[in-house]
Amino acid sequence: MTQAEIKLCSLLLQEHFGEIVEKIGVHLIRTGSQPLRVIAHDTGTSLDQVKKALCVLIQHNLVIYQVHKRGVVEYEAQCNRVLRMLRYPRYIYTAKTLYSDTGELIVEELLLNGKMTMSAVVKKVADRLTETMEDGKTMDYAEVSNTFVRLVDTHFVQRCPLVPATENSDTGPPPPAPTLVINEKDMYLVPKLSLIGKGKRRRSSDEDATGEPKAKRPKQSTDNKEPIPDDGIYWQANLDRFHQHFRDQAIVSAVANRMDQTSSEIVRTMLRMSEVTTPSGAPFTQPLSSNEIFRSLPVGYNISKQVLDQYLTLLADDPLEFVGKSGDSGGGMYVINLHKALGSLATATLESVVQERFGSRCARIFRLVLQKKHLEQKQVEDFAMIPAKEAKDMLYKMLSENFISLQEIPKTPDHAPSRTFYLYTVNILSAARMLLHRCYKSVANLIERRQFETKENKRLLEKSQRVEAIIASMQATGAEEAQLQEIEEMITAPERQQLETLKRNVNKLDACEIQVDETIFLLESYIESTMKRQ
Amino acid sequence: MVFPIGCLNPQAPSIMASRGGGRGCGRGQLTFNVEAVGIGKGDALPPPTLQPSPLFPPLEFRPVPLPSGEEGEYVLALKQELRGAMRQLPYFIRPAVPKRDWRRLPRELKIRVRKLQKERTTIILPKRPPKTTEDKEETIQKLETLEKKEEEVTSEEDEEKEEEEEKEEEEEEEYDEEEHEEETDYIMSYFDNGEDFGGDSDDNMDEAIY
Repeated sequence: MTQAEIKLCSLLLQEHFGEIVEKIGVHLIRTGSQPLRVIAHDTGTSLDQVKKALCVLIQHNLVIYQVHKRGVVEYEAQCNRVLRMLRYPRYIYTAKTLYSDTGELIVEELLLNGKMTMSAVVKKVADRLTETMEDGKTMDYAEVSNTFVRLVDTHFVQRCPLVPATENSDTGPPPPAPTLVINEKDMYLVPKLSLIGKGKRRRSSDEDATGEPKAKRPKQSTDNKEPIPDDGIYWQANLDRFHQHFRDQAIVSAVANRMDQTSSEIVRTMLRMSEVTTPSGAPFTQPLSSNEIFRSLPVGYNISKQVLDQYLTLLADDPLEFVGKSGDSGGGMYVINLHKALGSLATATLESVVQERFGSRCARIFRLVLQKKHLEQKQVEDFAMIPAKEAKDMLYKMLSENFISLQEIPKTPDHAPSRTFYLYTVNILSAARMLLHRCYKSVANLIERRQFETKENKRLLEKSQRVEAIIASMQATGAEEAQLQEIEEMITAPERQQLETLKRNVNKLDACEIQVDETIFLLESYIESTMKRQ
Repeated sequence: MVFPIGCLNPQAPSIMASRGGGRGCGRGQLTFNVEAVGIGKGDALPPPTLQPSPLFPPLEFRPVPLPSGEEGEYVLALKQELRGAMRQLPYFIRPAVPKRDWRRLPRELKIRVRKLQKERTTIILPKRPPKTTEDKEETIQKLETLEKKEEEVTSEEDEEKEEEEEKEEEEEEEYDEEEHEEETDYIMSYFDNGEDFGGDSDDNMDEAIY
């Protein structure tokens, strides 16, 4: 784990779970797997706090445990999973676009709580939806259940590994920690639950009992005493499936940018057909015949078979090689080259970074070296048609930032410098890694700056919160306009200005984090795909 | 393939030797043929760097503007909401108040905090019924949190009497309690102020409110 990753993990843990969890989490990321007592001793925190922190981390799938010999349980942190916390808003937004508000809230609850049972999720989401609906309307549990089942069917939500059912063959003491197992088939099996009920609106249930909320309490607690039918079956969000969706989205929009809307629709159809048949790490999808694609096109698209064939041929001939032809049966068998597509996307990211950082002439040189693989100094000057001095300067700038590397090819066994070729080349994998590392650093900087800005203006923020609270309570008691005016004037105009600036800055920094996370996703996907092929 | 100038010279070893031997004459002596990398004869080398590069080097090119639009704004709002929401969940562990040695301090200091809390609740409750127009939800929320605290406080008192072995843990919980109380005390006082404001303004319209 690089320093930049550890720093970013530390900031994310601290923002979302507090300092104690952060201390334990970062310690585990740094040192690898350790047992409980060692953690407590090395971090200097009390055993209780360590236990609480570990419970939280395990609940959120950030730490896993293993029983080692002699009954010692060791805990290991998953640094990559911690970094995913940056992407939570994107997951939730995707769920919203696919399954509307219900899906959005289901995924949000699962992400916020780590793991939950289906009945708990359904109840909570129904309550939340009921709050937002008009008076008198409530959300039915059945509707929420349906959306949940749909999410499971499309693999966006999956079951957590289960405690194995212990037969009575174990006569010895129970193991210190359960070994959770999950069967591939069971991962998406929804238990048969009959969840009947409607969402409860907090207001409506308490409106009748202003002076005696205590009386309401015992009623609610008896509801909880009923046995939960799906006890022990926990669900979590399946991040890999979301990543697959993002990847498909990126490929489709790349095709749309490069060619036109129709080709992107064709590619989208092909990807949709391969969703469940292709494993997530595969370099290319299963071959699809042109006839199948024609049948599966969305209903609104009225293109003839011939036009489809022409489009497919065009796509297959494109130098970017997103689509490849793998055979001629069934009107032509076509595959989508996922690995090549990710490579192209990563390369495009690199090119764009070079262009924005160094200028378009540098970008030209970069693209040239990419295309020709290896070039000498003189050749670069000639092909790029840029004067020698400037070309040199640009090459060195990119070299110093590690976008371009130098390859030595000795002519003689003694590697004498005067008899060695020095060739400029772009190693995409290492450049991608370098850029990824930079991205982690950038996000860490953005978070730190945002925290700094908030801390600087803490006094002012608190004052404005106070004033808002006062205004709210005054409005509730029916105060007059003039009084509200006077309270609002408690915040002077320059202070208001300062608050506006602060809000704008914080929003900008947040938006930057989201943007950098998109780049992180592309680069990580490419690196992962490349590592799998080796 | 274009060969760099000077490479094919059969007298290469002697040239290298003379280069190495001629220290100090000519411009910097490097171990490899600089022409191969592109620095021609007579070109000035860039000035030597005498200090680390500045912390915020001036940007040559301004960064591209962030994507705006409905999706971007929605995701942004989501992100900020999530941040706030996670702080409120039970998974957010606040650092515990340091352990105090209760043997040294008068006993009343420990209980007093709760007593104040109880007094406050008794003071506030009678005020509420007259103000029927107040937002009931806020009231219920406040009362619920207060009662929760009362319940926790009383349950802890019971625990203390029964088990003294787990005193450490309880004290920590109590301190968590106090932490919570301290934190929400802050906000509590604001609500008090708000009512006073409202109450005062109802009575005296002449006095200016600062």
